[in-house]
Amino acid sequence: MTELAMHAADRDIADTLCDQVRSAYETRTPLRIVGGDTRAFYGRPVDGQALQMAEHSGIVSYDPVELVVTVRAGTRLSALQAALAEKHQMLGFEPPMFGEASTIGGAVATGLSGPRRPWAGAARDFVLGTRVITQEGKLLRFGGEVMKNVAGYDLSRLMAGAQGTLGVLTDISFKVLPIPNATHSLRLPINLEDALKKLAELGRKPLPITAAAWHNGELFLRLEGGNSSVSATQAQLNGEPLDASFWTSLRDHTHDFFQLSDDQALWRLSLPPHTSPLALDIPEADIFYDWAGCQRWVKTSLDASTLRAACAAAGGHATCYTPHAQGGAADPFTPLNKVVEKYHRNLKAELDAHGIFNPSRLYAAF
Amino acid sequence: MNILFDERLDGELVQRDKSEVLSDLQQAVPDMTLLHREEDLRPFECDGLAAYRVLPMLVALPETLQQVEGLLKRCHTLGVPVVTRGAGTGLSGGALPLEQGVLLVMSRFNKILSVDPDARMARVQPGVRNLAISEAAAPFGLYYAPDPSSQIACSIGGNVAENAGGVHCLKYGLTVHNVMRVDVLTIEGEHMTLGAESLDAPGFDLLALINGSEGMLGVVTEITVKLLPKPETAKVLMASFDDVEKAGRAVGDIIAAGIIPGGLEMMDKLAIKAAEDFVKAGYPLDAEAILLCELDGVEADVDDDCDTVRRVLEAAGATNIQQARDEAERAKFWAGRKNAFPAVGRMSPDYYCMDGTIPRRELPRVLKGIAALSEESGLAVANVFHAGDGNMHPLILFDANKEGQLALAEEVGGKILELCVAAGGSITGEHGVGREKINQMCSQFQPDEISVFHALKAAFDPKRLLNPGKNIPTLARCAEFGAMHVHNNELPHPDLPRF
Repeated sequence: MTELAMHAADRDIADTLCDQVRSAYETRTPLRIVGGDTRAFYGRPVDGQALQMAEHSGIVSYDPVELVVTVRAGTRLSALQAALAEKHQMLGFEPPMFGEASTIGGAVATGLSGPRRPWAGAARDFVLGTRVITQEGKLLRFGGEVMKNVAGYDLSRLMAGAQGTLGVLTDISFKVLPIPNATHSLRLPINLEDALKKLAELGRKPLPITAAAWHNGELFLRLEGGNSSVSATQAQLNGEPLDASFWTSLRDHTHDFFQLSDDQALWRLSLPPHTSPLALDIPEADIFYDWAGCQRWVKTSLDASTLRAACAAAGGHATCYTPHAQGGAADPFTPLNKVVEKYHRNLKAELDAHGIFNPSRLYAAF
Repeated sequence: MNILFDERLDGELVQRDKSEVLSDLQQAVPDMTLLHREEDLRPFECDGLAAYRVLPMLVALPETLQQVEGLLKRCHTLGVPVVTRGAGTGLSGGALPLEQGVLLVMSRFNKILSVDPDARMARVQPGVRNLAISEAAAPFGLYYAPDPSSQIACSIGGNVAENAGGVHCLKYGLTVHNVMRVDVLTIEGEHMTLGAESLDAPGFDLLALINGSEGMLGVVTEITVKLLPKPETAKVLMASFDDVEKAGRAVGDIIAAGIIPGGLEMMDKLAIKAAEDFVKAGYPLDAEAILLCELDGVEADVDDDCDTVRRVLEAAGATNIQQARDEAERAKFWAGRKNAFPAVGRMSPDYYCMDGTIPRRELPRVLKGIAALSEESGLAVANVFHAGDGNMHPLILFDANKEGQLALAEEVGGKILELCVAAGGSITGEHGVGREKINQMCSQFQPDEISVFHALKAAFDPKRLLNPGKNIPTLARCAEFGAMHVHNNELPHPDLPRF
């Protein structure tokens, strides 16, 4: 493990964290779970005592042949990715990184996935198991380090995206993937309508596409796979080469598009595959189509209900990425249907009776 | 320790008079088929785990959502348990009825509602057969990836309940990775949609939670699945080994070479013989183990990968490597594997199929352990293995007509699962816990973890009316189980009350 230890400080503070949770439970003190504090913008502000996870870091085990890595939640994403890259492997969901301090625990808790998502799967799809601190401060293990495991309820995947509102993630086991042998990114001039048509057409073919975006009259594609198929597809699509850093800038929101003017909020529209452009009063230049059109970034001053109604009509939902900015929505996530909300509350009440875990981070009511 | 529902261990059920429940439900849901005569109930007394049979109080065969809703609301009011069943092919007794319960059979919900080739998804009812989805998608060059061996017969609703797998999981995932959205009726009869046609939905990932929840949290009434473009080509290599351990190591070597095969299966000598006798797949009878490695994708890449895998297999000591020359031979190679269970069934009056998973590196050690258990018990064990993802299917051969052999087979099975847990694995990779592995759950999970599972259940079904007794054992059952499995003079759960 010395080789891996170079990437991430190896420190297990699970016992201390359990003590802190236990005491918060006893004193009914809300906790704000903090990793690298790079994703605090995502969701509602949490008023609570900080539970610092960053020191709980290091790779617990990594067996490249098993395609499994187990890592402590406070481990920096960059450190984990470097350790995997050494063995020519990667996290399949291409997690966004909003700063060097970004941790793997935060990546799973927020459940965000990068450009590869529609082809490879989301954060939760790669989670095999977790260790979780419960409200009583007990450290429990769910799932495991094997690819297939259907014993008991899938609590590990439930934790992905729950934003720390159901328990504290301390360790996570992932299925990892080999880094593809060949990669090539390209750009093609094409209008939006034709681009969406082309994406649907390409999507029905077994092509080695692992990212597809459209913006300002250009389609951006990433091909990954074996050398033969990537070069054959590249020849067939015939575009201009594109630097791979484009995808990182889209993933991490460092692309120029994500510069907002004072009256704009940043929204993420999540829509079914092959959804036509929504009838919203937004200039084309202020929309960035990612995930072959399933994830659309929008800069707008339109209000939440207008955006959400348009998304709902198309079978999707809208999330505000700048809830604190002028024109942002105080409730960043789309409100839940009444029945679904009832079961969210029930679940929260069962797993966090006193509301100590990131209260109101997702929704004001819990 | 018997796995049949035991109120003393599994919790009390409301006692209701059958005729009273029957007339109540007939009145509440007048147009629904409700079976109550013994001869009509008999076909529903078991699922794929046929060693266990219980006659349900009533069998409901609804055809509309309103009927399911009406039935659930009434059962909720009466406190009558509901066991939901799809095609009844499950191997863990997940749809084993309860004497005091209604068996809700969803098989009449068998329509494919839509196939959208541009969005690459299909909306289907829960009673639709797994294979029927791929058949409906085939004209568009698409298919539904998870392919449990029972795919001709098993229903997609059951697949969701069990989070079903198949031989292509390592590359294409389980059911949970391929379902986008489900409509659910709660035990109170409320309609709820989990997931979405978009790639995510707001709130908790209840879609992930419902997959594999074995009918304990709600009744799935509609499913939207993801469809994939059919790979341009699939080629299969068969490698023979004179030693099982070498075959096991070769599996790791293939993955280490950066290749994720579409399917990677292993069979031991006894399974090879059974399959060869049954379907004449062309398997080498002198081999101790064979590996079937399927590579799929774009033609040119597959050819490159075949070369790589061939080199890896040679280096790993394969005594013979054969690539299927054409589609017919490829189908023949797979026929042996897909028919391995019935093939073993021809060798022995009965067999008991296990479903443990392990980290692949533990394979040699676990196989040795299984061989020792086989020798000790005198029961032969054939090993069929989804090698790529560490999912073992040891088949324990026995004769139920011989006194004590079923119990012995179950005992050996239980010990095999404990070996898997000790190796860092799981008691079930794809068949589910159901009733079959209810006791072994106590060896995989601590009482505190089981309590969290009960809390999850309580959030959805506090009266414990949906499939009671399945999937999650009570702490009382674990205490009883622990008392019978004293290791090194230590009780596993000394803090729990005992009976």
